[in-house]
Amino acid sequence: MNIHEYQAKEIFRKYGIPIPPGEVATTPEEAEAIARKFGSTVVVKAQVHAGGRGKAGGVKLAKNPAEAGKVAAQILKLTIKGLPVQKVLVTPAADIASEAYVGIIVDRASKRAVFMASPAGGIDIEEVAAKTPDKILRHAIDPRYGLQMFEAMQLAFFLYSDMKQVRPAAKILLQLYKAFSENGGSLAEINPLVTTPAGDVVALDAKMVIDDNELDRRPDIAAMRDESAENPSEVEARKANLTFIKLEGNVGCVVNGAGLAMATMDLVKYYGGEPANFLDIGGSSNPEKVVAALRIITSDPSVKAILFNIFGGITRTDDVANGIVTAIKQSPLKVPLVIRLTGTNEEIALKILKENGLSAMTDMDEAVKKAVALATGGKAA
Amino acid sequence: MSTFIDKSTRLLVQGITGRDGGFHTKQMIEYGTQVVGGVTPGKGGQKFDDKVPIFNTVAEAVKQTGANATVIYVPPPFAADAMMEAADAGIPFIVCITEGVPVLDMTRVYPYVKERGSRLLGPNCPGLISPGQSKVGIIPGRICIPGNVGLVSRSGTLTYEVVYQMTRAKIGQTTCVGIGGDPINGTNFIDCLDAFEKDPATTAVVMIGEIGGTDEQEAARFVREKMKKPVVGFIAGQTAPPGRRMGHAGAIISGSAGTAAEKMQAFEENGVGVAKRPIDVVDLLKRAMR
Repeated sequence: MNIHEYQAKEIFRKYGIPIPPGEVATTPEEAEAIARKFGSTVVVKAQVHAGGRGKAGGVKLAKNPAEAGKVAAQILKLTIKGLPVQKVLVTPAADIASEAYVGIIVDRASKRAVFMASPAGGIDIEEVAAKTPDKILRHAIDPRYGLQMFEAMQLAFFLYSDMKQVRPAAKILLQLYKAFSENGGSLAEINPLVTTPAGDVVALDAKMVIDDNELDRRPDIAAMRDESAENPSEVEARKANLTFIKLEGNVGCVVNGAGLAMATMDLVKYYGGEPANFLDIGGSSNPEKVVAALRIITSDPSVKAILFNIFGGITRTDDVANGIVTAIKQSPLKVPLVIRLTGTNEEIALKILKENGLSAMTDMDEAVKKAVALATGGKAA
Repeated sequence: MSTFIDKSTRLLVQGITGRDGGFHTKQMIEYGTQVVGGVTPGKGGQKFDDKVPIFNTVAEAVKQTGANATVIYVPPPFAADAMMEAADAGIPFIVCITEGVPVLDMTRVYPYVKERGSRLLGPNCPGLISPGQSKVGIIPGRICIPGNVGLVSRSGTLTYEVVYQMTRAKIGQTTCVGIGGDPINGTNFIDCLDAFEKDPATTAVVMIGEIGGTDEQEAARFVREKMKKPVVGFIAGQTAPPGRRMGHAGAIISGSAGTAAEKMQAFEENGVGVAKRPIDVVDLLKRAMR
């Protein structure tokens, strides 16, 4: 789960990481009032779950309250990577002497949480990794002991040489690791970590991603989810316990299992079509999930044909068939439907479909070809 | 012969009285797996289905039954504890089916299990099956037939699809292993490839990967450097949008974005036959085994 910068900053502040004050506004008037309270030049920052906010015009300086209101109005009209900006963070502008990067992620290769630190902060860290990999120090943390002081110092010495900065930076790293591990993070990042002309070390930005699997046991973190900042069809899918990602094509896909769902999308492309989405109905086969899946897919006007690809294991194909029949009774489909199903309770499923005037195929390739042909009006092979 | 499990496997089921655990225990027994006991705290002394003895702890179950493998169906918040309990009881082979185990839990479980010398398969995996001998987990038995091909996969239903197509073409399997799709899992591609290379009954291997990480690339290098048996592979996610599943920093650590194209190229460069569609696995195998 993504959380906003201002939410990540709230968490980091609780752990004692030095972060400049800031408040959230949803209207230009609020932004202006906050800027007046700070009484200095402020930065107005779009709060949206997308990278590259600066490049998209989502981060702007304002010298006075009136200007803060004006730039907030501009930013609140933006849509960044398909997501409309609905909140801005207003924070006093800081004087910056240097910019560094620190972050933690869970690394598949070492099977541990790994720290990364770079004195080249403020810019896209991926770019640093590609162009000057020697400017990034990586360090894997033993989960049994957590980050130790000497490790934090090693990382801090990679960023700074003056002890007046090394010590506070090491402390920030220890606090960041605590915030990451105690809140179920899969990523925690400060970019940039800056030094001020007075020599203080301060976190100017904050980013945190929470492991979805942690949310059940962390209701306070789960409550931070901002549904207004997510794609509406992805929100509906999550509520129905479906995994859904919207794409640009015209063949809507309903599949059980992530691997098979990806392979189905690949096959749609192989036979000359374009998948409209990734949709995994998961292992259990509640008919209501199928109803929700069809509702989400049919709400996309670019979908010209719908393809079900179900390989029953835990998933019972008769449940899927019942879901399809229920959904069509509720609202008849306006686009053609191709059903491929095989596996658990296949005979019952085929009977249910037949009784309701539907049919199913058993071969995946044949079903995909047919769906592509229907979606493209026979233009693709 | 087969890999990891066979007729002699004596299996425990952790979470045997749960909905999924109970259902799949019946399926495993029906398939011929020797299920020697179950574990549910508080239900020790009872019997599952009037046959299988239930114990309060894994240690007690091992002592009473001589179990040498366990399969875990407990809910995600308790899965890490269940894996550690099994390793502490000295069970050499632990399969965790549970989906949704927090990844930070796995950073602790992985070294714990390894230090005690156990092999962990999963979590978030379908388990494994040695057709005609034993199955541990949830892979449907009727889609498999005994034969000479070993299969290892990161996914669940896509594995079924490929096995089903192989079985339709009368290509049987020694063992099919689902290693699971989580970022941290106990057994990886290389562990399975190594086991298949050493299994005299296995003459060819299928490897089914997905986008993300670099496991498939490393496995491809292992094939070239350490294996004599032919290996063919498929990668799912050729059309997946970049950056949707992995954070920025994940790509940095692995030094790559883990795209399907990159993995297929690694397959090609290291002599692993590349299937463009799942069905192409069948033809590649036929050619490799000629």
